[in-house]
Amino acid sequence: MVKSPQPAGTLETRVKIVVRDLWMTFQTKDKNKQSVDVLEDIRLEVLDGEFVCLVGPSGCGKSTLLNIAGGFLQATRGEIRIDDKRVTEPDPRHIFIFQENAVFPWLTVEDNVGFGVKRRNHEERKKVVDHYIEMVGLTGFGKAFPRELSGGMKQRVEIARAFAAEPDVLFMDEPFGALDYLTRMRLRSELTQIWQRERKTVLFVTHDVEEAVQLADRVVVMGKRPSRIRDIVTVEVPRPRDLDDPACRRLREHIFRVMGLDHSGLVLKKRNGADEEEQDALAIAAG
Amino acid sequence: MRSKIESVLLPAAVAILFVAGWHFSVKWSRTDIFPTPGQVLGGTYELVEKGVLLKYVVASLFRVASGYLLAVFVGIPLGLLMGWFGRARMAFNPAIQVLRPISPIAWIPVAILWFGVSDLAPIFLIFLASLFPITTAAMAAVQNIQLAYIRAARNFGIRGLELFKKVVFPAALPQILTGLRLALGVAWLVVVAAEMIAVNSGLGYLIIDARNAGKRYDLVVAGMAMIGLIGLGLDWLVRRMETLDEVRWGLSR
Repeated sequence: MVKSPQPAGTLETRVKIVVRDLWMTFQTKDKNKQSVDVLEDIRLEVLDGEFVCLVGPSGCGKSTLLNIAGGFLQATRGEIRIDDKRVTEPDPRHIFIFQENAVFPWLTVEDNVGFGVKRRNHEERKKVVDHYIEMVGLTGFGKAFPRELSGGMKQRVEIARAFAAEPDVLFMDEPFGALDYLTRMRLRSELTQIWQRERKTVLFVTHDVEEAVQLADRVVVMGKRPSRIRDIVTVEVPRPRDLDDPACRRLREHIFRVMGLDHSGLVLKKRNGADEEEQDALAIAAG
Repeated sequence: MRSKIESVLLPAAVAILFVAGWHFSVKWSRTDIFPTPGQVLGGTYELVEKGVLLKYVVASLFRVASGYLLAVFVGIPLGLLMGWFGRARMAFNPAIQVLRPISPIAWIPVAILWFGVSDLAPIFLIFLASLFPITTAAMAAVQNIQLAYIRAARNFGIRGLELFKKVVFPAALPQILTGLRLALGVAWLVVVAAEMIAVNSGLGYLIIDARNAGKRYDLVVAGMAMIGLIGLGLDWLVRRMETLDEVRWGLSR
């Protein structure tokens, strides 16, 4: 087992996910057969029980990276290893949560949440299902069908279904992207609470910098396509996090700047030595 | 409340106008061949009394049920396989798309050649007529399944036949049901045509026989009305299936 390079928390933490020299090129489907470079030389280590957010402009390949980690796509070069095993296909120990909501509409909430439960015993199954339905605040909706639920509730079902399969890694691909602002805020804080209780390793893709700062232990900032990792930002603000906290604001502005924008959305001019300045700002922000 | 009364009154008014218009057109034109609505009712009563109406209805429904169910059992698996496996689609789809636009009516001579004047000929025609819409619907249904459902299922370790049973089939079911409804409508159209030529029982035979043996147009129209009512009933049955929770999610109504 590989020891973590920096001590995080009191316990010894080991590396859970390793992204090693990962490159991804797509072939376009038109007759020109152009190749589009999406990911370039991605290297990343995620610790066991860590919550890592990937942020970047839309179309930058962060979802592609997540899909490779989930075993749904094959990288052009390089590899992703989980528990030191190369990822080649989907694995029930690593559950993926989809932006477009993959709750099965033909099953009730109960049957959806129970879909990935491994236990055979009927009593135990029911206990697991009920527990996770309660965890996401859907008690009483077990017999309901997804079409009777709001978008936020459906996303809760998907989260419950993922946790009920008792995975050790969760991949979340903009899970709150399709929800309204208030629902998104509420689900973020609920997810934080659930994660604090369950301590799964989470790799969470979002284009929302605030969301990343609120949720993550570390934020991986990616650039435009073909994207590389521009920066990895550690968020050491204790949870629950107030986004108006000065430290959160500084981190947010730093991430915007790394992505090439100022906080009002204006494009920054390239300056020499900007990166060093930002590193300094980060050091201050992180305390 | 108002809309509920309207939804009964408006169609009733149209029906009354239609029947009245029919009655008076026959009266004023002084035709003695085309029947009035009253004569059609009388003809229907006559058919019931003789016991042929029930017999012919049962004969037609039996042929539709046989051919249609056969098409369901062949068409759904075939369509699912073609939707799922690109190779199967590549192999079978061109043949199906060539056969599909051929009206089942055009097959009548072939059916008589192969099966003679027997129940098998109309059953074969109904099978053909239903098979293509069902197969095409099942194929399209599988191709339209949201990728996320398949990925989620594979993520939970579901593979092979279990994947078909637990995800592919239920996900495709609403669109398959739409194809089933379409096919049943076509089957009911085709049985009448087939029975006019290939057999000597059933509602289609009733119509053509009433015309040939003595120009009994009251019986012709009685047969037509029966066909309309039963067709309505069949459609109502499939619509009832569309309200089930297992498929309602995928149907816009």
